[in-house]
Amino acid sequence: MFDTALTLADLGFLAKGAAMTLAVTAVSVLAGTVLGILFGVIRNQAGPYWSMPLTFLLDIFRSVPLLIQLVLGNALQSIMKLGWAPFTTSCVVLSLYTAAYCTEIVRGGISSVPATTRRAARSLGMTWWQDMRYIVAPLATRVSLPAWIGLTLGVMKDSALVLWLGLIELLRASQILVTRLQEPLFILLICGAIYFIISFPIARLGGSLERRWSND
Amino acid sequence: MIEIENVRKSFGQLEVLKGINLTVEKGEVLTIIGGSGSGKSTLLTCINGLETIDGGRIVVDGTDVHAKGTDLNKLRRKLGIVFQQFNAFPHLTVLENVMLAPVKVLGQSKAEAEAMAVRQLTHVGLGDKLKVYPSRMSGGQQQRMAIARALAMSPAYMLFDEVTSALDPQLVGEVLDTLRMLASEGMTMICVTHEMKFAREVSDRVAFFHKGVMAEIAPPEALFGAPKDADLKTFLAATH
Repeated sequence: MFDTALTLADLGFLAKGAAMTLAVTAVSVLAGTVLGILFGVIRNQAGPYWSMPLTFLLDIFRSVPLLIQLVLGNALQSIMKLGWAPFTTSCVVLSLYTAAYCTEIVRGGISSVPATTRRAARSLGMTWWQDMRYIVAPLATRVSLPAWIGLTLGVMKDSALVLWLGLIELLRASQILVTRLQEPLFILLICGAIYFIISFPIARLGGSLERRWSND
Repeated sequence: MIEIENVRKSFGQLEVLKGINLTVEKGEVLTIIGGSGSGKSTLLTCINGLETIDGGRIVVDGTDVHAKGTDLNKLRRKLGIVFQQFNAFPHLTVLENVMLAPVKVLGQSKAEAEAMAVRQLTHVGLGDKLKVYPSRMSGGQQQRMAIARALAMSPAYMLFDEVTSALDPQLVGEVLDTLRMLASEGMTMICVTHEMKFAREVSDRVAFFHKGVMAEIAPPEALFGAPKDADLKTFLAATH
């Protein structure tokens, strides 16, 4: 009844693609989050006027389609003779793309902490940094977490676009198999299942952290 | 000693403090009364350097608060302040709320800070709430926690900025009792308040602020019994 030409080696090929998706996502989300926290704090500290250049730059990364950013980024690195591998270019572009969204999440999280609470912290003799570290960071994290989880899952799926730079990630690996085996439905089903298997723990992690923090 | 000399402060075009002169001695309880917008709360936030001033100076134990080079974080350790809003740190338990600054700012050991926190929380009647999160407590309890949190830094002065104004009427008493207790223990306090009965009971002196000016300052019997300033008379008539 059910018959497929898909071999164990093909599944291994898909797994390698999935590993590439994970690697690109992990690097981009990590770097993008670090940059996003930095930019978010800068935007919050500097106020709307002084952070205008930064805001404008980040708006570009948020409004230009990722595919165009990837292609232009790749062209730019080649014009500038940087000699980056497609993996590096992909990670740099995706990191900036992630950072642009993460900045807004962080900024929103920081502004959700009441000024009066921060004033109380400073009144106890805490420095700006101690207030940030022990009061603002934990409270802002609680507020920002759901949006950040959403961003991470989004970036993981968007990372499929790096196939345009020649990287064989999960979706590209599936396409190659579809072309060869002509079993699009079955292979895309497996591909989708793998995406789900990767995403599910991240979504659950978010849920369990939210529950842990709900006591206060 | 807190010396306030000709202090001026404006928010934009609005001058909220028009040259305030005031000295608070060690062990004194001073209450400040007056209508809203009279500048009384602003003065408190100027004393601990949360607000800058536009003229004059404020000297706390010989340290000019607004001078360049004054370490405000260090100065604030001796100036405890409690605000109208309770400002609990919602992600920390009551005990952790009180322990945080002594550990991070004063560098006390956890054990040392915990012993101090338990002592202060017991003192304000929250000895049984140590592991509770602030959101599970009433406003009066949260405000008493804020008082314990300030006391845990062993401040030389306590500033209270309308600490009962955001409380339900039936919770005001427990917070005022805590303030009475501190006053009777000899704590130097400046209380901005709308509670006239309280001001009359605990104060060594009461100051009346009106439109950015300290219109009258006197011991409570004199200020409430025989007010001289016309605005003060109107104010007292309205609040009785």
